[in-house]
Amino acid sequence: MVQANAPSRRTMFGKIWEAHEILRHPAGPSLLYIDRDLIHEGSFHAFAHLKSRGLKPRRPKQIFGVADHYVPTLGRSSADAASPAIARMIDTFDENMTWGGVRHFSIGSRQQGIVHVVAPEQGITLPGLTIVCSDSHTSTQGALGAIAFGIGQSENAHVLATQTLWQVRPKTMRVNINGTLGQGVSAKDVMLALISKIGSGGAGGHAIEFAGQVVRNLSIEGRLTLCNMSIEAAARLGMVAPDETTYAYIRGRQYAPSEEEWDRALAQWQLLPTDEGAEFDREVVLDGNEIAPMVTWGTSPEDAMPITGRVPDPASFTSVEKRSAAAKSLEYMDLVPGTPLEGLKIDKVFIGSCTNSRIEDLRAAAAVLKGRKATVKAIIVPGSTQVKEQAEAEGLAQTFKEAGFEWRESGCSMCAAMNGDVVGPGERCASTSNRNFVGRQGPGARTHLVSPAMAAGAAITGMLTDIRRL
Amino acid sequence: MKAFTRETSTVVVVPGMNCDTDQIIPARFLKADRAQGYGQFLFHDIRRDSDGNLNPDFPLNRPGAEQARILLVEDNFGCGSSREGAVYALIDAGIRALIAPSFGDIFYNNALKNGLVPVRLPREHCEALASYLASHPEAEVTVDLEAEQLTLPADLGQFPISIDPFARECILKGLDEMEMTFSLMDQITAFEAKRMQECPWLDR
Repeated sequence: MVQANAPSRRTMFGKIWEAHEILRHPAGPSLLYIDRDLIHEGSFHAFAHLKSRGLKPRRPKQIFGVADHYVPTLGRSSADAASPAIARMIDTFDENMTWGGVRHFSIGSRQQGIVHVVAPEQGITLPGLTIVCSDSHTSTQGALGAIAFGIGQSENAHVLATQTLWQVRPKTMRVNINGTLGQGVSAKDVMLALISKIGSGGAGGHAIEFAGQVVRNLSIEGRLTLCNMSIEAAARLGMVAPDETTYAYIRGRQYAPSEEEWDRALAQWQLLPTDEGAEFDREVVLDGNEIAPMVTWGTSPEDAMPITGRVPDPASFTSVEKRSAAAKSLEYMDLVPGTPLEGLKIDKVFIGSCTNSRIEDLRAAAAVLKGRKATVKAIIVPGSTQVKEQAEAEGLAQTFKEAGFEWRESGCSMCAAMNGDVVGPGERCASTSNRNFVGRQGPGARTHLVSPAMAAGAAITGMLTDIRRL
Repeated sequence: MKAFTRETSTVVVVPGMNCDTDQIIPARFLKADRAQGYGQFLFHDIRRDSDGNLNPDFPLNRPGAEQARILLVEDNFGCGSSREGAVYALIDAGIRALIAPSFGDIFYNNALKNGLVPVRLPREHCEALASYLASHPEAEVTVDLEAEQLTLPADLGQFPISIDPFARECILKGLDEMEMTFSLMDQITAFEAKRMQECPWLDR
């Protein structure tokens, strides 16, 4: 075991990693100190593990629980759940949190919501922290300048018992997004463009730092969307350097440093950004000016193209594996090569998920829907109870209801499709979620990933539509 | 965790790049207690038709496939959701090792924590193995974790298995890391005290 040595010019990732390294095996992983562990209903395996060994959570003050994956969106009690088995997941979560002495936001709490929406909103996510959660989209929270990544239940049990985790240090990748985004183009489109360029495995083994003018100009909500979808490029995590936008967002939130502590916290955070001249293992550049509103045609997030594109011919791909995967995707999606994406009829619209359910996403959807009517079944699931209340106060909820959308309670809903909210077999859904995998939104469901504005546009026309022309 | 030193077995090839954990185990089965056994959920929706009958063309449904302890899969296997149920399903179905050009990161870690050995093998060798197995389904592969060596059939060669040495030690002994970490608790507590002084807002 040796103590970590730090090089002189460091990346933000390197600074935070090294500040949390308790020790390092000469040829192996580091033992990292974990500042925050976030728990949801799926963590019952980790709690069963602790109980079987006679252990309890070691640092309950650094652990937060939120019910999100299984909660109903048409009621606020486990009695409203779609089945007794689902209700049991919600009740077991509450029991485990109480047993472990863990602060938690149950289904009826005003602080409840999707864990990756709630944690930044409550000031639980802060720059410079190490944050884990047994959910792959934990990468979302790196948007505030933290190392945040998803873990499994064995790792979760280890964190609960020790507040540490053994981890092999990932490589670093900087994604520079230059220029300015055009009208109708959002953070979601940036990520779909990036993943279609580098592939679903493109950032495997890397920690991404997003940089460049487009990123600086994005709100925290937009940055959260960027980091959220890092995992869809196989990255270990995504992050954005904290700046004035970040500090303004954090100040005054429930679990953030108090006013008395503020200057001290700020002084620490201002040291975090990557040093000038620090080296990354890989650099990728995107021109923000060239990104169009995007839509997926297949069953992997890399199967994305501008809305102006046509369904590709599997024969057009260079690798044998991709040709075969594309052919299978088109069969599942019931699409024929050469079909224009714009004009493709859809059956359903879902606006929600940890990718796109924050207040800014709802504002973007409402701006499109104002004074118009949805022509297909459409539901909107705010990312948190606070987002819901804010949207109601701003009049957005009224716009959605007048447009014929169902205005639901917050949760993961039709993205994870674990709570009973599903897309039916063979149905085509324009969805603001993050995964278009086979069966992800329900067995046989066909998912087209889009931004909130594009989803709203599709709801009005009943087909995939270029939002710039609506 | 069951200890793993070496495994010699026939191999089932499950094709498809970016095979995500939703394919390995659909979300609706994740509510099950582990005691029920997760093997029944493995590749549930892709190995069955819409009526729930086994599809005879799916590789794991072919005669003899149940003997195999090793799967050969494609790039980015286990991408997507962090659900450890994907690893439970493979282990409970009797799978002990996987061979692929690359794995999803979280899946890879979950596999190591449960003693399922993920072997990274360059794509061209995976392809050569797949085409050999197509005509020699009885051929065996050896994953020797102790000797850190993968032995392919015929003249396809031997390759080093590169797994983080700490994880390897745990799998060889069938131990998880928690006991090891408990022995370091003095260092952890000292580190933590300093951290809480620097960031007192984390400690309330």
